[in-house]
Amino acid sequence: MAAAFYYQYRNQILFSVMAGLLLAVALMQGLSVSLTILNLCLISAIMSLGVNIQWGYAGLFNVGVMGFAALGGLAGVLISMPPVSEAWQAGGLGILLGLIITTGTIAAALYTWSQVRHLTKQRYWVIAGIIILGYALLRIFFDPGVVAIEAIDPSVTGYLGGLGLPILVAWPVGALFAAGIAFVIGKIALGLRSDYLAIATLGISEIIIFCIKNEEWLTRGVKNVNGLPRPVPYEIDLQRAQWFQEWALDFGMPVDDASAVFVKICYALLFIAVIAVLLWLSETALKSPWGRMMRAIRDNETAAAAMGKDVTWQHLRVFILGSAVIGVAGAMMVTLDGQFTPTSCQPLRFTFLIWVMVIAGGSGNNWGAVLGGFLIWFFWIEAEPIGLWLMDVVTSGLPSTHWLRLHLLESAAHTRLMTMGVILLLVLRFSPRGLIPEARR
Amino acid sequence: MADILNALTLLGNFLIIPGLTYGSQLALGALGVTLVYGVLRFSNFAHGETMAFGAMITILVTWGLQSVGVSIKPLPTALIAIPIGIVVTVILALGIDKVVYRFHRERKANPVIFLIVSIGVMFFMGGLIRFVIGPGDQIFFDGTRFILKAREFKEITGLNEGLSLKMTQAVTIVTTLVIVTAMFWFLNHTRTGKSMRAYSDNEDLALLSGIDPDRVVMVTWIIVAALATIGGTLYGLDKSFKPFVYMQLLLPIFASAIVGGVGNPVGAVAGGYVIAFSELILTFAYKKVLLYLGPDNLELDSLIQFLGTDYKIAVSFIILVIVLVIKPTGLFSGKTI
Repeated sequence: MAAAFYYQYRNQILFSVMAGLLLAVALMQGLSVSLTILNLCLISAIMSLGVNIQWGYAGLFNVGVMGFAALGGLAGVLISMPPVSEAWQAGGLGILLGLIITTGTIAAALYTWSQVRHLTKQRYWVIAGIIILGYALLRIFFDPGVVAIEAIDPSVTGYLGGLGLPILVAWPVGALFAAGIAFVIGKIALGLRSDYLAIATLGISEIIIFCIKNEEWLTRGVKNVNGLPRPVPYEIDLQRAQWFQEWALDFGMPVDDASAVFVKICYALLFIAVIAVLLWLSETALKSPWGRMMRAIRDNETAAAAMGKDVTWQHLRVFILGSAVIGVAGAMMVTLDGQFTPTSCQPLRFTFLIWVMVIAGGSGNNWGAVLGGFLIWFFWIEAEPIGLWLMDVVTSGLPSTHWLRLHLLESAAHTRLMTMGVILLLVLRFSPRGLIPEARR
Repeated sequence: MADILNALTLLGNFLIIPGLTYGSQLALGALGVTLVYGVLRFSNFAHGETMAFGAMITILVTWGLQSVGVSIKPLPTALIAIPIGIVVTVILALGIDKVVYRFHRERKANPVIFLIVSIGVMFFMGGLIRFVIGPGDQIFFDGTRFILKAREFKEITGLNEGLSLKMTQAVTIVTTLVIVTAMFWFLNHTRTGKSMRAYSDNEDLALLSGIDPDRVVMVTWIIVAALATIGGTLYGLDKSFKPFVYMQLLLPIFASAIVGGVGNPVGAVAGGYVIAFSELILTFAYKKVLLYLGPDNLELDSLIQFLGTDYKIAVSFIILVIVLVIKPTGLFSGKTI
């Protein structure tokens, strides 16, 4: 009876539980904390939607989530920050020439490749020659430009800056960036064995992060870009505004707290709008003939190929789509943070955690991916206080300065890595279809 | 003549010795990855953490030995701690196989599912390591630091450039040589080794010939855990032990295994050296070498470096991509042990 009721209203029950958890945090730790968690839950949910498109629809294993998200973040910087005109004057020409040379080299290499197919062995050397020549040319023009740019006021700018457009423009641009890189990676690794894609994406995401950390002329590297413009009002302006002060008075909240909460709610509404659109699109796509074809390919590649479907091409498309969604989420994350910090890009925190979200939520089901994003992020954040409390209880028999007690309390933060690993293993073993399984069709 | 010798010394000091050392560490890692792939048929993402775990146990034992005053100077104490590290890591690996992997193996799960499972294991082990020893840097090297100091070399030979050989480098290279030789002897000349090769070559045929699959899997995990512990400890001795570094080692290790031909032990070892030397050759600054070799009035503005040292990691990726595009089966086109 209870089980039947659960299965009928499973989605509603699970999402109510999630809402209840957030409400409990709001009551115990404050509304502001709860909203912070909610905003990151929403971003995580979008990332896991993107991974679900790749894994759940098509069975593609992408371990480069972090890299694609970082590209979205890069878009945030390049679109929204004001341009640094001195830097453009000093080294803009070198950078532009470098870009032209790079494009030219790639075009020349691709053209030659298509022209010399009859030379089986020599063509590799020809291509290598073209690339080395292009690279040497690039370094000659590019390096002085970089030095000039990084010399300009390095403590404040030292980079080219952005275009000075509203940051919301960066969201679709982030998707484009991620899609572009996904195209290149997909071209190389799709059609080979499935774990080659995993290793290739692992590699590209490491390299993207290394580039972002080291190419200071573009991103300021580890010096971070702070003060990205916001799509929502600033707390300080709200606190000064007459209408807001009256409003806060009506709610009986101090103006400072009210402004912080208001800003977070604005962000949450923006994110909910994005997630609603993406969910609608993904659900529609899943129900469409295209979705049926993707499932057919996922479940039996040979049969689908025999029916005349171009498996590699469809894989490439779905890989690009999923990566674009991850790119949007990356851009949204820097919008929320208001800063771009390459050092915070850690694969455990992004890539692998997102995978736990998708698997635990229910691969192949968009609602499942969203729920997974919410639940796992919630526990990732709350595991630390819970772990600390647990360690405190377990060791309460020991004297307060005992080395074991001190060590356990100090290391409690690391229990959440273990918890996530155990959750992933348990789900794969006992409930491989996740909390909200894919619908049987 | 002296110029040529100086240039060669320079290359030896900054390219050949570090390349051999790093290549040995990668080779040990790639050998483990390739064995898991050959016998258990999945890419083991938890291998980096297994290396870190083995190294961690070795470090803890080393500290214990150091505190009671055991020392095998001039060799580092860690060498006598390695066997205990191996035993503990083997127990962990077998335990994880029993609790986690066996279930999926019996259901003949898709290799991608194994991959995700290994990510779960990676999380768990990563958390365990950070829980026990913390995320920071640990130094456990003792014994003599240099076998040959650059200054002594200069005094002996009278050259401008010095050649130095660190104890850790010599230990790494020699140990790897011994381990790899023993490994190939085991695979080619013992009954168990041959049964492993047969199992990896064709599972059904091996089962028909009466090979016990459980035993093959068990032996594989024992060897993999031992290789991971040795590789992890040598890397930690040579550079320093820091848990997250081992996760970054995953990429070069996978690249080594794929370059050599995944599933092929000879390929894995060769791949390790290919990756290590390519990294160093592409990020080495050739300015001084050219100054020695070129005409006397040669003047160079730049360092003559193909890639900045920060981009070491990109090199293994570029090689990986080239191999995937041109010859996806790797140099030694393997798939069997």
